[in-house]
Amino acid sequence: MMRAYDLLLRLYPASFRAQYGEEMRAVWARRGRDASGPLAMAALWIATLSEVLFNAAAVHGDILRQDLRYTARTLARSPGFALTAMLVLALGVGANTAAFSVTDFVLIRPLPFPQPDRLVKLWEKLPGYPQMELSPANYVDWKHMSKSFDGMGAFYDTSVNLVGQGDPERIEGTSITADLFPLLGVQPAMGRLFTAAEDREGAPGTLLLSYQLWQAVFGGDAGVIGRRVNLDNEPFVVIGVMPRDFHFPSRNAELWTPMRFHEHAEGFLDRGNNILEVVARLKPGVSLPQAAAEMGVVAAQLERQFPKENERTSASISLLREEMSQQSRLLLMALSGAAMCVLLIACANLANLLMARGLARQRELAVRTAMGAGRERLVRQLVTESLVLALAGGALGVLVAFAAVPLLARLVPASLPIAQSPAIDLRVLIFAGLISGLTGIGFGVFPALRACRQSDLSALREGARAGGGRNERLRSVLVVAEVTASVVLLVSAGLLVRALWRVAATDPGFRAGGVLTLRTALPMPKYEQAAGRAGFYARVLSAVRALPGVSSAAYISFLPMVMHGGIWPVAVDGRPPEVQRSGSHTASLRFVTPGFFATMGIPLERGRDTGESDTADTPFAAVVGESFVRRYWPHEDPLGRHFTMAFHDRMVVGVVGDIRVRGLERTSEPQVYLPYRQMQDGMLDFYAPKDLVIRSATAAGTLAPAVRQIVRSADSEQPVSDVRTMADIVDQETASRSAQVRVLGAFAAIAFLLAGVGIHGLLSFAVSRRRQEIGVRIALGAQSGEIVKMIVRQGALLAGAGVVPGILLAYAAGRAMEGILAGVQPGDALTFASAVGLCVLMTVLGSLVPALRAVRIDPISAIRSE
Amino acid sequence: MRDTLPQPDAFLPLPPATFHILLAVAEEDRHGYAIIQDVAARTNGELKLSAGTLYRSIQRMLEQGLIVETQDRPAPELDDERRRYYRIAPLGAAVARAEARRLTQLVRMARNRGFVEGRA
Repeated sequence: MMRAYDLLLRLYPASFRAQYGEEMRAVWARRGRDASGPLAMAALWIATLSEVLFNAAAVHGDILRQDLRYTARTLARSPGFALTAMLVLALGVGANTAAFSVTDFVLIRPLPFPQPDRLVKLWEKLPGYPQMELSPANYVDWKHMSKSFDGMGAFYDTSVNLVGQGDPERIEGTSITADLFPLLGVQPAMGRLFTAAEDREGAPGTLLLSYQLWQAVFGGDAGVIGRRVNLDNEPFVVIGVMPRDFHFPSRNAELWTPMRFHEHAEGFLDRGNNILEVVARLKPGVSLPQAAAEMGVVAAQLERQFPKENERTSASISLLREEMSQQSRLLLMALSGAAMCVLLIACANLANLLMARGLARQRELAVRTAMGAGRERLVRQLVTESLVLALAGGALGVLVAFAAVPLLARLVPASLPIAQSPAIDLRVLIFAGLISGLTGIGFGVFPALRACRQSDLSALREGARAGGGRNERLRSVLVVAEVTASVVLLVSAGLLVRALWRVAATDPGFRAGGVLTLRTALPMPKYEQAAGRAGFYARVLSAVRALPGVSSAAYISFLPMVMHGGIWPVAVDGRPPEVQRSGSHTASLRFVTPGFFATMGIPLERGRDTGESDTADTPFAAVVGESFVRRYWPHEDPLGRHFTMAFHDRMVVGVVGDIRVRGLERTSEPQVYLPYRQMQDGMLDFYAPKDLVIRSATAAGTLAPAVRQIVRSADSEQPVSDVRTMADIVDQETASRSAQVRVLGAFAAIAFLLAGVGIHGLLSFAVSRRRQEIGVRIALGAQSGEIVKMIVRQGALLAGAGVVPGILLAYAAGRAMEGILAGVQPGDALTFASAVGLCVLMTVLGSLVPALRAVRIDPISAIRSE
Repeated sequence: MRDTLPQPDAFLPLPPATFHILLAVAEEDRHGYAIIQDVAARTNGELKLSAGTLYRSIQRMLEQGLIVETQDRPAPELDDERRRYYRIAPLGAAVARAEARRLTQLVRMARNRGFVEGRA
């Protein structure tokens, strides 16, 4: 009986128990004796149980209130300490919360679909192309032959001219099979999804809107279902609106239309027409490797059946969740690692601060012990204090994160079906609370225990100097750890800066400055005839060229760096025009109007530009890039040579410099440019020139409205989209890199600052502790220089001890990041030297003030003060 | 410890347990169980303080300076060395008076509205 009551008493704080436990037991024993009979006993137990639960909680609450009041008073008495500690934590927590919000959003959080871990993407796998879109014919066969999936759906990106809702607009959309959305497990916010009948050839056009498009273009009109609109001059009926947070396949998609396959069309039957992206849902119980194995068998079967078209075509399968580049992943992991470094440094700094404070407060703690406060109460008080600091710092940190997250949005890859920017939601707040709390407890309890261990009466007698040695060693270790972490951060940030510089310095092959671009995507049945398009181009180009400041203008199928694809096999004369579907015999195909090279500043090395005289009635001409020549005619005159590409024999009439079609960081296929008048009607419509490039001395802001006006007068229904400068497009290439460098640079700067503060704090403390000794030295004739040297040497030792492991760890970090270093060596000497140099500078600066303070010690008062 | 002595009014209204404990230790020094018995006797057994409520109140009242722990012990044959004895402090007496005044005023107001039977 008594034992059970003792157990209950354990719910009270130890200090309370020590004070009143005995008496409470005595009281309870009497009550027990008074209770006669099992019924009374049961009643007593029930009453006791509820009483103890309530009162124990209340006593804890009383203590907490008391501690909080006490904390508020002590912190208010040392605002400098409180502020520093909170800021240090705010930086640590802020950095991690921001990094976590993005990393969690991109890498960890499940996709916003039911059972997202069952969703996979399927690809054709060709030599040199591990993930190639599927041809419609292969898709249909894969779908029918495989058994691993509950469903399989396909889509491809389109963009359409939306006419009939205010100004004509160019909208990014996705053409999907009707089974795609049910397979994802999504429901529309309004209306319904596509039916199988609406996805058949010849079915009337139906349309699903994204929530964003519904808001922006249709004003959120609740009666939008059933509305008729024109997409590329074809009538469509709106049948539904998707939910606000639904994005598929990426956040760019604003509307969806059924694919309405043409099962007998040429494009459908051609197994080399790789245009479809395919998503499937694994059947319950089927693992990813099992499905991969089955698809391998299916692909092999099809290769036997179509040996020519499906030559060396196998299948690859990956989780939809992992649909992002290795680079995005690495950038984010580097970011998280850096944030953890910052937190580590912040924690070391906080522990250091708290320990220094613990030492300074030894007298106070000793007095409280002498007055009867138990060790448990003191620890509790100190922990409350550090928790208050941690939570206040954490709250500030969340504010920091709120400010930082939009800057990190660029690190969210566009390839995932998620929103542009992560939100700071409950999950992120819980994370912030957890790390603040853990930091507060972890780095509060430890110094508290140390402080209490020493807060016996000896502290009262000996004064504030007691127990200095061991503490100082421990604090030195913390400072060394801070230096180590800041070296790692400085080097990592340095390597990434070098990588950014290297990428930014890459010659794109064209001169981006002074070029304005915009897109007028001509809708297809309307501009099916080359002659119709030629008229449009002529009207627009001649008017644009006449604008003041414009030196040249031209049209091309797709801008470099914006469109990476458009890759075709090439066959050179003499050899049979086999479809060689390996990477070594492909080139990127573009149709251009004359003047493209001059406008883009691409040097014409030999021969001539395409001309207005290259028409359907003259031999088919081509201008090729230098690497195309190097590949096929390395030591010969390429002019007049023939090759076959895109269904036709073409003759080289000119050679131009190579450009970076696939962006600054990837290798591009050689380029082939064809005259726009030699596009055959009804073929390659996709390649009809749509991007206008204008070289001009006029600012883009003034030029763009004039060009819009010109397009409107050439065709009033033609939308203009993607108005931007070529320089912006090139900058976009390094946007996620520079976002990451900015963040990492900020982290490194914070780390650097904190480590400097750490060194400064430790040395200041050491100087005040050694006041007497220094006083004696000065009294004995030590020169100022010697004193300064002594202090700075101590700082240098700390820095040195931190730099050496820092360099090793930084090298390891560099190796881990090699994939995003764009060829910069992980052991880049300049970066390491600069980081070490900065650390030396930091040490000197951090020790200077304490050193000067040491020099100014007045020997007489220092010696007398003891 | 405190910068200024607190005003008795600052403690009002007093929790009933606190008031009863003040009353119990007002006439003589009592230990915990004696307080419980005294309160029970004065309220005809209606208010039986639990050990937790009692000692929690005592702890708080000690901190607030309403009562003090006394070192005077009763005759050894009556004493149990585990027991602590409490005595009302001057501040405690002042607070009890203030609370009594407050309650009296309340009762007077209630009587004026006819809520109290009998005479003053």
